[in-house]
Amino acid sequence: MPLEEDELYQQRILDHYEEPFHRGKCPAMTHSHEDENPLCGDVVRVELAIAPDGLIREAYFEGDGCCISQASASMLIEQINGKRVADVRDFSAQDMLDLFGAKLTPNRQKCCLLCWRALQSAVYSPVSTAARGADGNGQE
Amino acid sequence: MATAKSENSAMKVASDSTLDVERIRADFPILSMVLHAREDRPGVPLVYLDNAATTQRPRQVIQSIVDTYEQHYANVHRGIHWLSDQSTDLYEEARGKVQAFINAQAREEVIFTHGTTESINLVARGWGDKFVQPGDEILLTEMEHHANIVPWQQLAERSGAVIRFLPITDDGQLALDALDQLLTPRTRLVAVTAISNVLGTINPLEVIVARARAVEALVLVDAAQSVPHQKTDVQALGADFLVFSGHKMLGPTGVGVLYGRRELLDAMSPFMGGGSMIRRVTTAGFEPAELPAKFEAGTPPIVPAIGLGAAIDYLNQIGIDAIHEHEMRLCRRAHEALGSIAGLRFLGPAPEHKSGIVSFTLAGVHAHDIAQLLDRHGIAVRAGHHCAMPLHKRLGINASSRASFYFYNTPAEVEQLARAIDDIKRIFRRK
Repeated sequence: MPLEEDELYQQRILDHYEEPFHRGKCPAMTHSHEDENPLCGDVVRVELAIAPDGLIREAYFEGDGCCISQASASMLIEQINGKRVADVRDFSAQDMLDLFGAKLTPNRQKCCLLCWRALQSAVYSPVSTAARGADGNGQE
Repeated sequence: MATAKSENSAMKVASDSTLDVERIRADFPILSMVLHAREDRPGVPLVYLDNAATTQRPRQVIQSIVDTYEQHYANVHRGIHWLSDQSTDLYEEARGKVQAFINAQAREEVIFTHGTTESINLVARGWGDKFVQPGDEILLTEMEHHANIVPWQQLAERSGAVIRFLPITDDGQLALDALDQLLTPRTRLVAVTAISNVLGTINPLEVIVARARAVEALVLVDAAQSVPHQKTDVQALGADFLVFSGHKMLGPTGVGVLYGRRELLDAMSPFMGGGSMIRRVTTAGFEPAELPAKFEAGTPPIVPAIGLGAAIDYLNQIGIDAIHEHEMRLCRRAHEALGSIAGLRFLGPAPEHKSGIVSFTLAGVHAHDIAQLLDRHGIAVRAGHHCAMPLHKRLGINASSRASFYFYNTPAEVEQLARAIDDIKRIFRRK
């Protein structure tokens, strides 16, 4: 069976998909951004608690989509949790593909970069206190 | 004598609808492909189950394209020279084949476009811009393809018309109970798919046409998923417009058809301006040409149209009723084989209300992962929203997987699909 040797669905990636790191709401959220892949409808929302000195105290994500989009989100959020905003800015798209590890066709690279794109915007997207109070804004 | 003979062959098709699929498959070069072969392992044979997106072509169609380019090609309706006559004859012959295939009353009612999408846009512009007033209503359904939604939304933006949607039932059929309430004296057009490209639902067009008539609304039928798979008779149906694409019925890409009732086409404005569609042009203005040229501006898809004619010849030779029967069998088989997989949910109604389109979701596995992993088995299916986002929203899902059959698919391929999905389940949820 060709499936056994499948690099894309290797154990490490499936682990992130099935037991993701920090999937859920960020309790002390200060920054947030949601992005989607219009071609396939995959959605990832990043929620961050950023201290005034630029420390990302806590990073969370929520989303819906394929194994690649959700596993890559888990990997990235784990990677940047506790890092600084400057580290996020320095973390390139290529770094994200390297972190994911498995080789991807150009089409699937978009899935892998979905959370990365959302994160790059999230660090510049402060959430107003009023918006934070209003619940249920994640669903369209 | 001739009558008896044709009756005989018709009876043969009716009684013996089992197709010789192996012989048919030999006509399709691409179906014998082997995928993913490497030095260290053999490949897997292609199992092509993405026919609702586009079908494959038999040698006969490919050869007609080659022959046209090699022996008959020039621009149509232009030259005085011999080649242009040849090309024009073949192009118009193809129109005649389409006319017969859908039983249009006149060849002028068959307009060649570049596809279903262009055909619908042509009506939205040529008819809609001229006749639709602010406050007029256009009735669509929740199961439409984006191509049968967006052109009407654009028309609504231009004209001030109102778009309404006929809802679907939970099992993916049109909620006909709501039809009478949604059809009003302001309804100008009902635009409805003959067969849902996601659910496979075969819609009761007779009912819709009859009720639309009662409020004097026109009916446009999106027949992209039906003309290739079941008998179409536009006169018996009484549709005002009917649209479809060549590439979903063995033909080349880049050609589609707009059927329209003659008086409607005559009353409409031309969609695109350019060569061919005019009778006379002066510096002061233009006079449009007669049908069908009025709607065929510029050099038309000459060779694709001729290829579509060859595809129709091929379909006629197999027999459209036998094709439909075979696909219904594959659909039933798929429901049996996939129905026993835990966590698998079919979209759409029971097989008796469906064509050969089987869409599903699998608990815990995203549609894209299913498609990617099926590809490892050589199985081609479509994953995503299939250009029907409102429908997916109605069903409460973001994406689905779709296996869609044609007459060259086999029950063995359906079994392969079921086994492969089982295999995918082993990969996920292993904890």
